[in-house]
Amino acid sequence: MSAVLSTKNLVRRFGGLVATNDVTFSLPAGARHALIGPNGAGKTTFVNLLSGVLPPTSGQVFLDGQDVSDWPVFKRARNGLSRTFQINQLFADFTPLETIGLALSEAHAEGAQFWRRAGTSKTIVDEAVSILEQLDLGDVMEHRVGSLPYGKQRLLEIAIAVAPKPKVLLLDEPAAGVPEGEREQILEIVEALPKEMALVLIEHDMDLVFRFAKTISVLVQGALFVEGPASEVARDPRVRQVYLGESEVEQHLGGAA
Amino acid sequence: MIDTALHATTGGESRAMAWFAERAKWRWPEFALWIAAFALAFVFPSRSALFNEVAILALFALSLDIVLGYAGIVSLGHGAFFGLGAYVAGLLAKAGGGAGLYSDPTFGLLVAAAVCGFVGYLTSFLVLRGADLTRLMVTLGVALIFAELANRMAWLTGGADGLQGVLPGKILGLVEFNFMHPEYAYLYSLSVLFILFIVARKVINSPFGVSLRAIKGNALRAGAIGINVNRRLNGAYTMGAAYAGVAGALLAQTTAFVSLDVLEFHRSADVMLIVIFGGVGTLYGAIVGAAAFKLLYDLLAAATPQYWQFWLGLILVLLVLFVRGGIMGLVSGLYARMTGKGETP
Amino acid sequence: MLTVLFDGIAYGMLLFVLAVGLSVTLGLMNFINLAHGAFAMAGGYIAVVMMQRFGLSLFWGLPVAFLVTAALGAFLERTLYVRLYDKPHLEQVMFTIGLVFMSVAGVDYFMGASPQIVDVPQSLDGNIDFGGVSLNKYRLFVIAFCAVLTLALQLGLSKTRFGSRLRAAVDDSRVARGLGINVTTIFALTFAFGSGLAGLGGALGAAIFSLDPQFPLKFMIYFLVVIAVGGTTTITGPFFASILLGVADVAGKYYTPTIAGHQIQIGGFVIYTIMVLVLIFRPQGLFGRAPGK
Repeated sequence: MSAVLSTKNLVRRFGGLVATNDVTFSLPAGARHALIGPNGAGKTTFVNLLSGVLPPTSGQVFLDGQDVSDWPVFKRARNGLSRTFQINQLFADFTPLETIGLALSEAHAEGAQFWRRAGTSKTIVDEAVSILEQLDLGDVMEHRVGSLPYGKQRLLEIAIAVAPKPKVLLLDEPAAGVPEGEREQILEIVEALPKEMALVLIEHDMDLVFRFAKTISVLVQGALFVEGPASEVARDPRVRQVYLGESEVEQHLGGAA
Repeated sequence: MIDTALHATTGGESRAMAWFAERAKWRWPEFALWIAAFALAFVFPSRSALFNEVAILALFALSLDIVLGYAGIVSLGHGAFFGLGAYVAGLLAKAGGGAGLYSDPTFGLLVAAAVCGFVGYLTSFLVLRGADLTRLMVTLGVALIFAELANRMAWLTGGADGLQGVLPGKILGLVEFNFMHPEYAYLYSLSVLFILFIVARKVINSPFGVSLRAIKGNALRAGAIGINVNRRLNGAYTMGAAYAGVAGALLAQTTAFVSLDVLEFHRSADVMLIVIFGGVGTLYGAIVGAAAFKLLYDLLAAATPQYWQFWLGLILVLLVLFVRGGIMGLVSGLYARMTGKGETP
Repeated sequence: MLTVLFDGIAYGMLLFVLAVGLSVTLGLMNFINLAHGAFAMAGGYIAVVMMQRFGLSLFWGLPVAFLVTAALGAFLERTLYVRLYDKPHLEQVMFTIGLVFMSVAGVDYFMGASPQIVDVPQSLDGNIDFGGVSLNKYRLFVIAFCAVLTLALQLGLSKTRFGSRLRAAVDDSRVARGLGINVTTIFALTFAFGSGLAGLGGALGAAIFSLDPQFPLKFMIYFLVVIAVGGTTTITGPFFASILLGVADVAGKYYTPTIAGHQIQIGGFVIYTIMVLVLIFRPQGLFGRAPGK
């Protein structure tokens, strides 16, 4: 099985509402994949199912061919599935340095060590600094996270997810709320991530989507609507239909066609 | 694009190592506090009984600060471990009859820590199943069960009359508690507090301690970076329980008596108050809070013996409404201003 | 045997009236008010003062106790509690424990530490013979009174506009807000009403359990058991939990089985164990229904 992450007949219901409807999906290693769909299509629910934040109502999730459907979030994370959140989930009282140091010590399975001072492992500290500098956080690494400007916090949200060198990285609207001028930087950082890392981008900004993605899945009302190479999806008349009325999107879809 | 070669020359790595080292460094007010605490035994030996109470209370509060301030578990029944530790040490000293291994106070502490740590580990699974409100009730429920057990098992605990014949032996076979020299008991308790404080400080500054703070700060993110949240919390709760057990054991040994009072609800409430009063999640808050609590108790109880509870309640209410961070919040703000540095850890 | 059951039910009914307000406000705002018992105590002492200082009968004490504690509840809710709804649970706990301490010492100061003796009205004094069983008149009155009250509450919740709004808010306060229901007002009213009921229960129970300044601390545990076992989503849950607890508590004081040569008084031990077990295996309460989502 070449897929690094896949799902089989994945379903999630909230009461009477079907948020994820029988999704069978597969992601090859090193993918540059975008997950798009109109508001309320169930994109975030799908990401929550993949990462284990939500348990599925039925169906399965496979990571590296292993059934991980009943694994908790931390176990999936330890096995190479990393994610960012649409709304920043950071440690406000930490510094970026501490945050990444923590993420790395967990990735190196040193997080439960209680008899040495944090920050004494030179490998981890060096690695943390290099990641922070790559993500343009080097100059603020000793500042309190809660006091950083929003754009920097957004970068840190990506840095935490990238630090453990995951096999799969799910990026839930990484540029959400970031001012126009700083979006470019986020895209550059995402593009510079290691080739072998499979990336899934959930995004509304079609500009970003079509610059980044080689393959695209369109989610509508919880179900996979269209799937395929970016250029084909852009030309697909059904996709245009779905997005009709969202003029900006149509413009981009038209432009790419 | 990113040029790592360029950045490698900025010295970010050494800056980072230095930042970590600086954060865990001992600061002069810490040295001052400990020196002063030990000096008290020689300056005011006659007040040692009071100081001893403060030291024991401080250790008890320290144990709750690990559970509450670092692991973020709201417990209304932490007194269960204090009481259990007191009975374990008391029964051991009674069994030893004042001589031999069983009566050696240090052995008593070790056994109390082991028993309470074990019971804490087992109950941590019950406690961690729920959210805040459930935890509150489960911890309270467990403490009530312990209190009932001690009350019902009068053949073992002495019931309402208390445990008679607690005879602690010589500490490490060298020094004996002496009613003529109450400072011995104080120095003993203070030394135990000091050693366990250093251990706690070391653990809190370790990767394990950092992960506890992370869990308390954002459990969702902590899970998403691969932290087994519940297992870490099991560990912290176990440690807190063992510490509380040692505090209880110290009380049993230095007063040579254990009564049902050690398991009463007010123990759990008082210690929570001390931690909040001193500052949650600061370690030193436990010590400062315990001293302030005892001081206040003495002042208020002297003015209105029966009604000190009223003032205590009022302080609590005002503290929650107006003062965030407790005494340590105020102190570290002051320290930061004095040294001109940003924030202290 | 029947007497135990009878006393237990009377006690349980009282517990329900005392605790129901806490259960509803907890479900509504996820706010833990450990000082709920202080309102009950206030009601009890108001009745005592009315009777002892002004020579009024308990029948007058009850409505006054209700009204005054309700007003007190409304006042404290608006001035103090309202500041704590978005604070962490720890601070809510500390704050309400602080209030408990203050009320305990305050009542001690004004009324003394000894338990209050409350005379029941003459018409309810003594026992009546009921098919060969001698029943205490006052307890019979308590049962009848509380039964009527419970029915009225249940009807009020299911039939009135306020009741349906309250139920919607307990179910999901965010959705209720979205539907234009003023949750803040509903909460303030419920809080006041619940406090009033606690005060009423305190006045009613003053003649049954000993009323002393330690009351809020002693009953805090009983209230928590009622909530843990009964859940916070309905009022029938806490009702059955209260009856169960009342009967178990009274029975525990009468029966002391002998196990392995030791006389074991089961009372508290069994109750606390049940509470912990229920919390662990049915966190929504024995009678509560599982959360919908």
